[in-house]
Amino acid sequence: VSTAQLGDVSTTMIYAAMASYAVAFVAFAVDLSSLRDGGPERRRRRAAAIAMAVTWLGAAFHAAGVALRGFAAGRAPWANMYEFTVVFSLVAVLVFLGFSRRRDVRYLGALVTGPALLALGLAVAVLYVAADGVQPALQSYWLVIHVSVATVATGVLSVGAGFSALQLARLSADERASAPPVPAVVAALATPEAPELAPVGREPAGRGSPGGLVRVLRTLPPGEELERLAYRLNAIGFVLWTFTLIAGAIWAEHAWGRYWGWDAKEVWTFVIWVVYAAYLHARSTRGWSGRRAAYLALFGYACVLLNFFVVNLAFTSKHTYAGL
Amino acid sequence: MAPRTAYAPEGLEDPLAEPSLGPAGWARWGWRQLTSMRVALLLLVLLAVAALPGSFFPQRPAEPERVARYLADNPAAGLWLDRLGMFDVYASPWFSAIYLLLFVSLVGCIVPRTGAHVRALRADPPRVPRSLARFPVRGQDVADAAPADVRHAVLASLRGRYRARGGSEAAPGQAPAVLTVRAERGYLRETGNLVFHVSLVGVLVAVALGQLLGHGGQVLVVQGRGFANAVVDFDSFHAGGWFRDSHLTPFTLGLDSFESEFDPVTLQPRDFTANVSLREPGAGPRLETIKVNHPLRIGSTAVYLTGNGYAPALTVRDATGAVAFAGPVPFLPRDSVYTSRGVVKVPDVSPGQEQLGILGFLLPTALVDEDGPRSVFPQPIDPVLVLTVYAGDLGLDDGVPQNVYELDTSAMEPAVDEDGRIVTLVVRPGESADLPGGLGSVTFDGLPRFVALDVRDDPAEGAVLVFALLALTGLGLSLFVPRRRLWLRLTDAGDGRTVIDAAALARGDDPGLRADLDRTLAAAREASQRGPEPSRPPPVEDQ
Repeated sequence: VSTAQLGDVSTTMIYAAMASYAVAFVAFAVDLSSLRDGGPERRRRRAAAIAMAVTWLGAAFHAAGVALRGFAAGRAPWANMYEFTVVFSLVAVLVFLGFSRRRDVRYLGALVTGPALLALGLAVAVLYVAADGVQPALQSYWLVIHVSVATVATGVLSVGAGFSALQLARLSADERASAPPVPAVVAALATPEAPELAPVGREPAGRGSPGGLVRVLRTLPPGEELERLAYRLNAIGFVLWTFTLIAGAIWAEHAWGRYWGWDAKEVWTFVIWVVYAAYLHARSTRGWSGRRAAYLALFGYACVLLNFFVVNLAFTSKHTYAGL
Repeated sequence: MAPRTAYAPEGLEDPLAEPSLGPAGWARWGWRQLTSMRVALLLLVLLAVAALPGSFFPQRPAEPERVARYLADNPAAGLWLDRLGMFDVYASPWFSAIYLLLFVSLVGCIVPRTGAHVRALRADPPRVPRSLARFPVRGQDVADAAPADVRHAVLASLRGRYRARGGSEAAPGQAPAVLTVRAERGYLRETGNLVFHVSLVGVLVAVALGQLLGHGGQVLVVQGRGFANAVVDFDSFHAGGWFRDSHLTPFTLGLDSFESEFDPVTLQPRDFTANVSLREPGAGPRLETIKVNHPLRIGSTAVYLTGNGYAPALTVRDATGAVAFAGPVPFLPRDSVYTSRGVVKVPDVSPGQEQLGILGFLLPTALVDEDGPRSVFPQPIDPVLVLTVYAGDLGLDDGVPQNVYELDTSAMEPAVDEDGRIVTLVVRPGESADLPGGLGSVTFDGLPRFVALDVRDDPAEGAVLVFALLALTGLGLSLFVPRRRLWLRLTDAGDGRTVIDAAALARGDDPGLRADLDRTLAAAREASQRGPEPSRPPPVEDQ
């Protein structure tokens, strides 16, 4: 089998993973939308079970795609933006699956498979380059160390951001649900579905009629628990990010003759590090824990995405390895 | 306007009067604010925001030429951006102010915390709280053994994992005292936290030292030639304020050959290797290689391969046939196929002749078709020089420094043929071409390579790395080592059994806390199965 054929098989595997994630996403969404009729403990969640199985299948295709890509290129499969995107989305899916073996986090499924599908779509449609060797600046064992940890950090922070987003959604749903009753007309406007189709919710009568979305969000774990899960992942992500930063500095010293030069990528990596440091401090600062800390985490994750997609393509940087 | 006093709350004589603090009071207030977590948080967010402009605007230390271009393109905005320090963000007063305040705040925070931690390390675990009922993680059980045996078993099970102390409480109106166990673990969590923050200060100090002591330069070396590690030999040189010439590591380096490999399809570079001869004092030449990612290290000095190209060897003769110029001229590559541009300045012509300037393009693998001559591959398979000749005044004599890669043609005329068209000469290695108008001739003698080298010496680099790794270790400890406290109260039930009341507390979210408490309760229960061990007195200090 030639390396070009291996590369093609790898790409096919990624397409198979995308198809699986698409099915899983729909199934997770069906599961979520049925949650508004009752709590998760009330009945079997067939859609969620299907979604989890298909997500496992997708992750298997995904991992096979990454491995074959490595064989096709004859090196670690994370040397350009296509490969980095494929690997960090795999890490995010694996973190989700790993979490779900310990506890029921299926409510997060749509927020993992959906973005993973999006990331893979972006990778194959925009960022794709054929499997090939790398330029001298990337020929280093630090490619294995620095970039692999960066992908893992990005994947872990992705799932952490998912929990933070759900935390904020749950908190605002709680507020909506406990808000004083609103006039019927306004309530009907605020509720997307027709009032006669809305099933009888679990909310006691006379507290207004919260929309379906609010009812779905109210079946999520409480904000504090989502916050704890987000924190655990973001803390791990922060340590990994610190390692990425240090390993990157060592590699920069080897390749470019200085460990730190305020290159655009270095600036953004530093900014992300500081934002997540602020997040960790915010959790132990009165008045900043909870919602504000979650906003900081999401801001940090937005910087992670910007640092990868925008800085690599639009900024003058030594980290322009997209190969586009 | 209504008098302000109308809104005065009752009991306040003058609502505008504030308690007088005095300078010392203000200083104390300011220090308490600065070292508060809230202000540290604010400074962190500010630091993140303040770092961003450096990625949007070109920075002088890294890319001075892009700054100059930006200022030329945007004179009005550029002037103000420059005044605000946007082209040197990381040395600007406002950026420095933020990180220095942050570090002052950090030091102000870690000094008292270190003291508190040392005291905690010396002290016994905290006393058993009066009421264990208020703790969310707690357990109760009954063991078929006397309290002393249960306490013995608990202390044995905690040994190695917890710092534990046995004790007793005088129960009101009861003869047998209530026995207690207090235990704490995870002191490494706070140790790691302090190590992390102290190491950050260490990183900052080491970086600053590197700025003061570090030095380095760039040098372009043509195959067959070399340079000495001395300030005068560098094309450009930079050094910190504490640099002395004696800090330079003595050595000379010669470029023997240079090899490059390219992917035949994508033309992407695959390998660059410079084979060099290193000569250190008191030793013969040593053959070394320098690659991208593999600098040559000589003591604390490192030599990096940062660029490469071709330096065509040319001989220029003037109209009298005398050699006016001979030697290799570095041509700077402009694209992935190494189409390179260079300039030959020939001021030393025979008396009475005009100075010559040659603007040249090197095509390593030339292809000439209807689109004109161009290079199709970066390796020198069929190298061709395309030259335009100028005659006149090079402008070298008026003392203004010139760029060696640019030709100032303001006082020069291009050489033309009989029809007045500008002549382009095409020469291959070994060939000569006559300059138009009888100005002389040019010979393409050969095509040696050149490399661009960065020589750097930062004696504090190792310290930066050590502190960074210490910070990483401390961070891991401070986030992942669980800090837990356990308390047990063992009451004699009167029938040879013991009622166990236990509670556990953790710093932060700790999913393993319950399991730890359960494990301890299980050990307490097991005391009955093993039976009493009267022969070994338990480690107890009674209160």
